[in-house]
Amino acid sequence: MDTLIRLLASIVADSSPLVFAVIGETISEKAGVINLSLDGSLMLAAMVGFAAAYTTGDLTIGFIAAMIVGALVALLVAFAGITLKQDQVAVGFILTLLCTDLSSFLGTPFVRVPGPQVTPSPIPMLSEVPVIGPILFNQNLVTYLSFITIVVAWSFMFKTQQGLMLQGVGERPEAAFARGASVQRLRYLYTLLGGALVGFGGAAFSLSVKLGWSYHHTQGFGWIALAIVIFGGWHPVRAAFGAYLFGALQTLGSNLQSEFTSVPIQLFQVAPFALMILVLLITNNAGLDRLLAYLPRDVARIIDRIIRGRAPVALGTNFQQE
Amino acid sequence: MASTSIAPQLSRPLNRLALATLPIILALLVTLIIIVLVGAPPLAVLQRMVEGAFGDDVRRADVIAAWVPLTLCSVGLLLTFTAGLWNIGIEGQIVLGAIGATWVVRTFPSLPAPLLLPLVLLGAALFGAAWGWLAGVLKVYGNVHEIFGGLGLNFVAIGLTNYLIFGPWSQPGRATVSGTEPYPPNAWLPTLEPLRVSPAAVALSLVVLLIVYFSLRGTTWGLQLKAIGHNIRSAFLLGIHTQRNMLLAFALCGACAGLAGAVQTTVTYHRLIPAISSGYGYLAILVALLSAFRAVWVAPIAFVFAALSLGSRPLQIELNLDSSLGGVIQGVLVLMVVIVQGFRKRVR
Repeated sequence: MDTLIRLLASIVADSSPLVFAVIGETISEKAGVINLSLDGSLMLAAMVGFAAAYTTGDLTIGFIAAMIVGALVALLVAFAGITLKQDQVAVGFILTLLCTDLSSFLGTPFVRVPGPQVTPSPIPMLSEVPVIGPILFNQNLVTYLSFITIVVAWSFMFKTQQGLMLQGVGERPEAAFARGASVQRLRYLYTLLGGALVGFGGAAFSLSVKLGWSYHHTQGFGWIALAIVIFGGWHPVRAAFGAYLFGALQTLGSNLQSEFTSVPIQLFQVAPFALMILVLLITNNAGLDRLLAYLPRDVARIIDRIIRGRAPVALGTNFQQE
Repeated sequence: MASTSIAPQLSRPLNRLALATLPIILALLVTLIIIVLVGAPPLAVLQRMVEGAFGDDVRRADVIAAWVPLTLCSVGLLLTFTAGLWNIGIEGQIVLGAIGATWVVRTFPSLPAPLLLPLVLLGAALFGAAWGWLAGVLKVYGNVHEIFGGLGLNFVAIGLTNYLIFGPWSQPGRATVSGTEPYPPNAWLPTLEPLRVSPAAVALSLVVLLIVYFSLRGTTWGLQLKAIGHNIRSAFLLGIHTQRNMLLAFALCGACAGLAGAVQTTVTYHRLIPAISSGYGYLAILVALLSAFRAVWVAPIAFVFAALSLGSRPLQIELNLDSSLGGVIQGVLVLMVVIVQGFRKRVR
C-alpha cells in the first residue's frame, strides 16, 4: 500500500510539467491558434528557466523568465499566423527546430551543472489525511499550482463570460465578431497566455521534475503534449487527465523495465510514441462510428463523449476582420 | 512625365532584390545579436564558419557530400508538400532506408560491388517507401494527422535502430553506440580519395532531382498532386484518386529519404549508427519550405544549408561554441523569409 501511494505521488508530481503544457496549448487551440512549436519552446523555456534561476539564485525569476520565453515564442506564432496570415503549422515547425538549436547553443554553459530546485512543501493538516494526503498534499508548490491551473482553466473556460467568448473565437469567429468580440486581439491574448503556461511547464521540468539542463533535455515531451491535447478533446480537465495517464504509463514502463530485463529496453523508450499513434488512431477513427452503432444509443453516446473530442472549428484558420 | 513612367520600372527589380535580401540581412542581424549575447567574437565566428565549410578541398567536398542526402530528402518532400502533406516522418524514412541498406549488406556480404550496391540502394528505397507509406496509411485510412503519425514513426524508427545496434546486429562481443560492424569494402560507394564525396551519389541525387522536377512540371500526375494540395475536395470531385495519390506521394518521398539513408551508410559512415539521419530530414523540411516547393531552388538552398551545417562544426573545438549555431542561422533565416513574405502579402 505504501509503495502504491508513493508511486501515485510521484506520478502526480512528474506529470505536472506536462499538465501546464497541455492546458496552455489547449487554451491557444481553443482560441483557434495552433502553436506547433511546443517541442522547441518547452525545451528553450526549460533551459532559460534553469539558467535564470541558476545565475540569480532565485527560483521565482527562473519561472518568470521561462514564462516570458514561452510567451515570446507564442507571440511569433501569433504575429506570423494572425497578423501576417502565414501558415501556422509552418511557422510552428520552424520555431520547433529553431528553439531546439537555440537551447543547445545558449545552454552550453549550463549543461549538467547542479543548480537550484523547488523543494517539497507539505500542506499542514491536509498532508496528514490518509491516502489522499501523501498523494496530493505532500508535494511542492509547482505541483499544487498544476492542480490550481486545471481548476482555474476549466472554470474560466466553461463558467465565465470571457471563457465562452474564448470558445466563440475559436469555433465561430464571425459570430463572435458580430457579438462585439475583437477576434484578433483575443487570439493574441490567449496564444500568449497559452505560451506562457507552456514556458512555465518548461521550467517545471528543469527546476522541479527533470532537474537541470542537458542537450535536448525535454525532447519528445512537446510532441507528446500536442498529441495529448487532441486526446483530451480540447478540454482542459481531460487533457490534464491525459497528462497523468501518460505519466502513469511512463512510471509503469520504467518499473516493468527493471522487472523484465529480457525485454529490449528500446521497447519501453518507443512505447509512448507508439501509444500516441494508437490513441490518435482510436480517437479519430471513423471505424469507431460503425462499432458504436451496434451499442445501445445511450451507451454509445457516453463512450463517444469519453474518448472523442472535436477540434475547434476555426482551428488554424485566418480570420479577416472587416 | 518620362521619369515618372520609368521610375516604377527601375524600382521593380530593385524592389525584388530588396525583398530577396531583406530576410537574409534580418537573419544575419538576429544571428549577430545571439552571438554577441553569448560573448563570442562575431568576426572570428564568421571566419571559422567560412573556413569550416570551404577551408580546403576536403571540406569543400564534405559540403557536397552533405548536400547529397539533404537534396534527396528535400526533393522527396516536394512531392508530399505539393499534395499538401506535411511529411514530418521523413526523418524516420531516412533511418529505415539505412536499416534496409544494412540488411541487404548483411544478407549478401560477399556479392561483388557492381551487383551489391544497386541492390543496397533498391533495398533502402523500398524500406524508406514502406515507412512513408505507413504514415500515409495512418493519415488516409486512420485519420491520424501525418504530423503526429510521422513523428511517432520517427521515434519508433530510432528505437528500432538502437535495438538492432545493441541487439541482433551488435558487433561480436561488444554492443556500443559506435554502431554495427563496418560494412565490407564492396559495400562502400567509391569516393574520390582522399575526399569523402562520392560522384555516383551526387549523380544519383541530380537524377532524382530532375525526375521530380519533370514529373511535377510536365505530367498529369504532377497536376493531380497540385490539385490535391490546392483543394482536396474539388480534386476528388474531379475524379482524381486522392487517397491513392497521397499514399503514392508518401511512398515516393519515403523512397527518396531511403536513398538518403543508403548514402549515409554506404558513403559517410559505412555502418549503421544510432543518429544515422544526421537530422537531414527535419532540415530538408526547412529547405523545401524556403524553396517555395520549386525543384530548381532546392539545389542551391540545400547547398547553402549544407555549408552552414558543416561550417559550424569546428566552432566547438576552436571557439568552445556549440555547433548548433548552424541550425540557429538556418531556422532564423526561414522564419525571416516567412515573415517578410507575410508583410508582402499585407502590403498588396
